[in-house]
Amino acid sequence: MNNKTSSQINWETVIGLEIHTQLKTKSKLFAATNTAYGASPNTQVSFLEAAIPGTLPVFNEKVLRYAIRFGLAVGAKVIAKESTFDRKNYFYPDSPKGYQITQLNQPIVEHGTLTIQDKNGNDKIIRINRAHIEEDAGKSVHENYANYSGIDLNRCGTPLIEIVSEPDLSSAKEAVAYMKEIHTIVTHLGICDGNLQEGSFRCDANVSVRPKGQKELGTRTELKNINSFRFVEKAINIEIKRQIKLLESGGKITQETRLYDADKNETRPMRSKEEANDYRYFPDPDLLPVVIDQAYIDAQKQYIPEFPAAKINRYTQELKLKVDDAKIIAYDKPLSAFFDATVKQLVKAEPKTAANMLLGEYSALLNSKDALIQDQNITDIQFTGLIEALAEGKISHKIAKIILEKMWASGSSADDIIKQEGLAQVSDSGELESIISEIINNNQSQFIAYKEGDMKMFNFFVGQVMKQTKGRANPAQVKSILEKS
Amino acid sequence: MEFNGIREIASALHTKEISVQELHDIYHQRQYSKADELNCLINITPELAKQQIQSSQALIDSNQANILTGIPIVHKDLFCTKDHHTTCGSRMLENFVSPYDATIVDNLNKAGMVTMAKANMDEFAMGSSNENSYFGAVKNPWDVTRVPGGSSGGSAVVVASGLSPIATGSDTGGSIRQPAALCGVTGIKPSYGRASRYGMVAFASSLDQAGVFARSAEDCSIVLSKMCSYDAKDSTSAQVKQEDFSKNLNQSIKGLKVGIVSEWMDSLPEDIRNTTTQAIQKLQDLGAELIEVELPTAHLAVSAYYVIAPAECSSNLSRFDGVRYGYQCENPVDLNDLYVRSRTEGFGDEVKRRIMVGTWALSAGFYDAYYLKAQKIRRLIAQDFSKAFENVDVIAAPVSPETAFEFNAKKDPVSMYQEDIYTIPSSLAGLPCMSIPIGLVNELPVGLQLIGHNLQESIILNVAHQFQQITDFHKQVAEGYYE
Repeated sequence: MNNKTSSQINWETVIGLEIHTQLKTKSKLFAATNTAYGASPNTQVSFLEAAIPGTLPVFNEKVLRYAIRFGLAVGAKVIAKESTFDRKNYFYPDSPKGYQITQLNQPIVEHGTLTIQDKNGNDKIIRINRAHIEEDAGKSVHENYANYSGIDLNRCGTPLIEIVSEPDLSSAKEAVAYMKEIHTIVTHLGICDGNLQEGSFRCDANVSVRPKGQKELGTRTELKNINSFRFVEKAINIEIKRQIKLLESGGKITQETRLYDADKNETRPMRSKEEANDYRYFPDPDLLPVVIDQAYIDAQKQYIPEFPAAKINRYTQELKLKVDDAKIIAYDKPLSAFFDATVKQLVKAEPKTAANMLLGEYSALLNSKDALIQDQNITDIQFTGLIEALAEGKISHKIAKIILEKMWASGSSADDIIKQEGLAQVSDSGELESIISEIINNNQSQFIAYKEGDMKMFNFFVGQVMKQTKGRANPAQVKSILEKS
Repeated sequence: MEFNGIREIASALHTKEISVQELHDIYHQRQYSKADELNCLINITPELAKQQIQSSQALIDSNQANILTGIPIVHKDLFCTKDHHTTCGSRMLENFVSPYDATIVDNLNKAGMVTMAKANMDEFAMGSSNENSYFGAVKNPWDVTRVPGGSSGGSAVVVASGLSPIATGSDTGGSIRQPAALCGVTGIKPSYGRASRYGMVAFASSLDQAGVFARSAEDCSIVLSKMCSYDAKDSTSAQVKQEDFSKNLNQSIKGLKVGIVSEWMDSLPEDIRNTTTQAIQKLQDLGAELIEVELPTAHLAVSAYYVIAPAECSSNLSRFDGVRYGYQCENPVDLNDLYVRSRTEGFGDEVKRRIMVGTWALSAGFYDAYYLKAQKIRRLIAQDFSKAFENVDVIAAPVSPETAFEFNAKKDPVSMYQEDIYTIPSSLAGLPCMSIPIGLVNELPVGLQLIGHNLQESIILNVAHQFQQITDFHKQVAEGYYE
């Protein structure tokens, strides 16, 4: 008998995630059928997906390459030299063959790792048990049909990799951090479009609680098909609460699949144990084992990009960017591609200058035009020219913004625009001195006030100089001349 | 008018002795007069034949014909034929019209053959007597009170009764060889992977293989050469070049090493054993050397087969759910009722029995003891054969422990399964094998099985052809058939 009262028990949460990642291939896992999302129901269905008698699956090799790239990205200890497909048997209309082709015994990827930050900001390694290839099912459509269900087989046979973590996650926040990190990896690899709304990236969570210090895991429940980061956090938290409440009132957790209802913010059982399926897995006799050599795996390494975590390190350590700026750029794939291309071309300018312009003026311009950086309305070459001109003191920051807009419209280089529009900064001391002495002459009373120590008047004179030069005067020089006047 | 094989028909066509239309009229007439009493055809397909007759005649007229141009063929009704019924001998697919051609059908169409009909068969190729067809039992032309064997019984009977010179069949555990033996025709199952399975409705994917029935080894070799091809649509297709299996037919078999499994010979009833021994003696007369081989694991083959084949079938037949095509029960109350009643009413007893056995064998807790163990036995049997083929070129063996038996003679499924004790081992090993007629016992045909090593079809065909050069057993026909 445990003599502790319930309120004295410290509960510990254990979470493992299964993430279904739809792969961005043009055709399906075992047929040359189009996979594009959003087509009219049942227009992207071949004889195979409709399970017409006599049809056979033929493995889409692109899927193998994508799965291997994921394995390499998470440092998997095992990328199987021989990988096999198994049938998972169950009856449901959205799976017309009566079985799903998946990988049970010899998955393509095993034993990877991923680093997230725990609540104290420390690195925490999450182990990935496996990632296996499988086919997606079709969709049941329950709206629009009184007493019937509709079936749309367009999604049926779309390639997935299911990424299964070890139960290393200790909170809903960590689960979300892990899920986001996987999302970052698959989208940066370009193997998944990462669209949660369209179901390209879906998550099941296995959740259990146990008294702190207890070795054995508590009975877990599986939360199915949670389709946003926000809901993952909410669903897990509400489930943890439910389990603790149940245990503290002397109840027992039933091992079951539960569905998260976002409207009511509650989880409820999806199917009971009595209806639990025996999937009768066995090796698919229609498919031979996939045999891969090391050279094939090595050939995929060139497709592994620098991931955000590494990028942030490089940006802050080597390029001296502020951490916050580094993060913003690193997690945005097109932005970091543009930034990296720019940094490579810089001669005199500091990367920091480029980052500031990128996150400041250029981002604002993109927003106002409702455009994307990857559209290259301004190329990284043009942008570099601008940053260099700024660093060389050819133009002021203010002018840079004007040039940016002119670049957008004309497509010309910064140097050309500076020349054509006469926007070069006036740094010639002689010219500036004569402009300043003229202004002083015309504003004697203000000059006396300035000399008597009224610093507002200092700004007045800077403003006058800028007005006269249409902003082209080198501010530092103006200051030093004024100070000496 | 009777022809002695494809070469004679082709010659008659090419010399305009007969037109393609006239040739087909002869066979169609026979089909219409005899098919009903033998119940060997499910559908006669003149609409399929019409265009092929015209196009093959055009090729002949322009001297572009090859040996198979215009030659009639009947397909077992589990090969998909585009825009035509493909029933698998089942109520489940009684009204199923295939939207495409099976690869082997396509290959033979391209070779110029003319599809005349679809042959009756045991439902979904499950059976050894052809009593399991939804369209009724097929009768053996040698004695219509007896079975033709199965599951390709319709195809064997079509050739045995002269309704077509050629028929396709499929063989999972003996479904070509056993009916060939019981009906006195020549039938070959090539190595697993030789013929594409695309468009052949699956029973047990790891075992199913298409093959040919004809009146001679030579005819089999000519058709098989065109039927087999590497097919990217079938992942288990063997990546080998298309081969002319008739190239070695005329080679002498002098010095060829023929393996004999004496355990199998000893287990035969005396009359069948004598006939078989005499046939093997003929091979010796041709100069072959007889060598004893041992297949120590083969006695476990039937048990292993009846785990593996039902396991695969239980999964393969899941697609027949009454939803998209095929039989659908009336007024289902819900999804589960639709599944249960469509399948209960759409499938026959033997199919349901095997689905149940397979489902059970794959169930959690039984998988290791049954399915995995059966796979292990399968590997051991394949090793037995590999070892045997280190010492011999071909194995000569019985096909069936008995001649054609009477309808309803085997009410116990297990006694029916024992029909295949000599054919299943080579199926499990994926080897090429065939049955050739070697005479009659009590007026009923007996066959000899020739088993070759992997991809050695041309060797067994060579032996069969040489045997048929010095014997007439393959020319014997049942009384009342062939005019």
